[in-house]
Amino acid sequence: MDATEIGLWGVPLAILGGAIRVSTPFIFVSLGEAITERSGRINLGLEGTLVFGAMTAYAVAVMTNSPWIGLLAAAFAGLCFGLFHGWICKFPKVNDIAIGIALMLFGSGLAFFFGKPFIKPKAPNLPAIPFGGWSDIPQVQAALDVNVLFLIGAVLSVILWWAFRNTRAGLIVRVVGDSSDAARAMGLNPDTVRLAATGVGGALAGIGGAYLSLYYPGSWTERISSGQGLMAVALVIFARWNPLGCFAAALLFGGAGALGPALQSVGVTQGYYLFYAAPYILTLIIMIATSSPTRSLAGAPGELSITK
Amino acid sequence: MTDRFMLSRRQLLKTSAAGAAFGLASAAFPISRAFAATATVGFIYVGPKDDYGYNQAHAEGAATLKGIEGITVVEEENVPETVDVQKTMESMINLDGASLIFPTSFGYFDPHMLAMCAKFPDVQFRHCGGMWDKAKHPMNAGSYFGYIGMGQYLNGVVAGHTSKTKKLGFVAAKPIPQVLLNINSFLLGARSVDPAITCQVIFTGEWSLAVKEAEATNALVDQGADVITCHVDSPKVVVETAAGRGAFVCGYHANQSPLAPEKYLTGAEWNWAKVYKMFVDDLVAGTPLPNFTRGGLADGFVKMSPLGPAVGEPARKQFDATLAEMMKGGFAVIKGPLKSNKGAVVATASQAFPETAIELESMDYLVEGVVGSTA
Repeated sequence: MDATEIGLWGVPLAILGGAIRVSTPFIFVSLGEAITERSGRINLGLEGTLVFGAMTAYAVAVMTNSPWIGLLAAAFAGLCFGLFHGWICKFPKVNDIAIGIALMLFGSGLAFFFGKPFIKPKAPNLPAIPFGGWSDIPQVQAALDVNVLFLIGAVLSVILWWAFRNTRAGLIVRVVGDSSDAARAMGLNPDTVRLAATGVGGALAGIGGAYLSLYYPGSWTERISSGQGLMAVALVIFARWNPLGCFAAALLFGGAGALGPALQSVGVTQGYYLFYAAPYILTLIIMIATSSPTRSLAGAPGELSITK
Repeated sequence: MTDRFMLSRRQLLKTSAAGAAFGLASAAFPISRAFAATATVGFIYVGPKDDYGYNQAHAEGAATLKGIEGITVVEEENVPETVDVQKTMESMINLDGASLIFPTSFGYFDPHMLAMCAKFPDVQFRHCGGMWDKAKHPMNAGSYFGYIGMGQYLNGVVAGHTSKTKKLGFVAAKPIPQVLLNINSFLLGARSVDPAITCQVIFTGEWSLAVKEAEATNALVDQGADVITCHVDSPKVVVETAAGRGAFVCGYHANQSPLAPEKYLTGAEWNWAKVYKMFVDDLVAGTPLPNFTRGGLADGFVKMSPLGPAVGEPARKQFDATLAEMMKGGFAVIKGPLKSNKGAVVATASQAFPETAIELESMDYLVEGVVGSTA
């Protein structure tokens, strides 16, 4: 076999590579949303935060020539968006879903407005760690170029999973999410906790945006997100509010997204629209298989406005 | 009840008084402006107008009109191919007084532009693409397009000389005739160098999907393709991803060489400035605008990016010779004997379809040597 010919092995390799490359924004947005929803609020605005984070990261990286400062700026911008959402939702009779939709449109629009001058310039990219050095095959090496943000996301999901069970902060977020009354009886202020949780969630979504514009696909355009922020919010429900589940679901979506192009590249060309729908079909199947008419969703925070 | 009626009547009076004042003011303006502006031309783009691609090519063309005395250019970008584009057209006509509108995206035509044609019979609409049909569509509509397949053939010539693996890659959006012609032309150009070359095509299904385009490019490089080109709205992602993986790239829509100076071979670019100037000259002169406008390299509708540093001498020679041949006119990319990749005969030995052949605008096949499927 010729070194450049990998034939059908290209499909599993592309799914693996795709899972690593494409999943990172999903990981960060869904972890951020998991924290927010565990505290009893839904922030649908993360799509807007993702796009604004992508723009901020790219713009700041262009101006400072450092992708890391860009990343920090994106996280800060995300934090501001999250805090804004948390602050508005504190007022009585404010619907968090409606505010989220407003912020989604606002974030994208603001990003397009400020992002105009940054479409042309080239920003420095975030570094990747080559894990494929053991292989001589260039395709394997390319698939195993793992960005540091992916690794941070993986570690973060384990830490969050552990923290929700075992730390005081994790328990506070959970009790606020499950019952405001119980939280108040314990002397906690649910609004403050939710404000912090939404802020952290926004910051993580901003980091997800930085990955899009600074690593993969690695440039700022107005179409960069194509709805990934919204999908990540849906992933949280799919993952049953479990950070480890979020990580797995993000990998699954990333890998399934790579399936369509990979199959076409090896000559399976019929019905590619159907392959592109693979992630959504998979979601439907899992949701149907795990749902039950006799009980509510397992793991759903009690204060969430969709389950109340 | 009476109070509320009184109030609303008072408000009505107030509003209409204000409206009348505004009406007077705006009525006074056009008279004084009429000397300065003879026509307003509207451009509508489906994406951002600096996307290194389709929309940028149109916006660059529109920008050249801004210097012309008496012409006002109004533009709107990121307009979806939905009822939104009808609202944009209406506001361009009613608020800006546009008398000629260019809705530049494929999906604007039916039903959106046709609905506006019926509603505003005095306004001229020209759509980019090949959809206007004299038998079916109104006379204040029309279409213009360039024979950019020729440019993709030239891309293919250079790619055929440059490729070492004899495998080319094509990232395509949707299997519509214009896209299929580009894919076929790219491969046939390469096969004019070496008949053993194949071209793998991946359809992403949408005009602009950054992540999927990057995945498609990676999948093509993984399968050994070493020259990549594309037909998507913004080739930026494809060009950067391919160059990042060490593959050569041929551009499309606009010049993408600044994105990958070492790896960029050449590219097929639009030259809409020429087309828009032509329409506007007719508009100013008061002559009827053509409904069916087509042109290629020889007409200046299409141009090639300058050859990049990686292009070798034999490639340069054949590129120049082929280009000279095309400039003479009548050059046929699709000529017999030619089969589709499903084995059907698409051109018999005696048949040749030059760029002007109307049959090419309903192309529904991929030629032999292209790995891919139209559905």
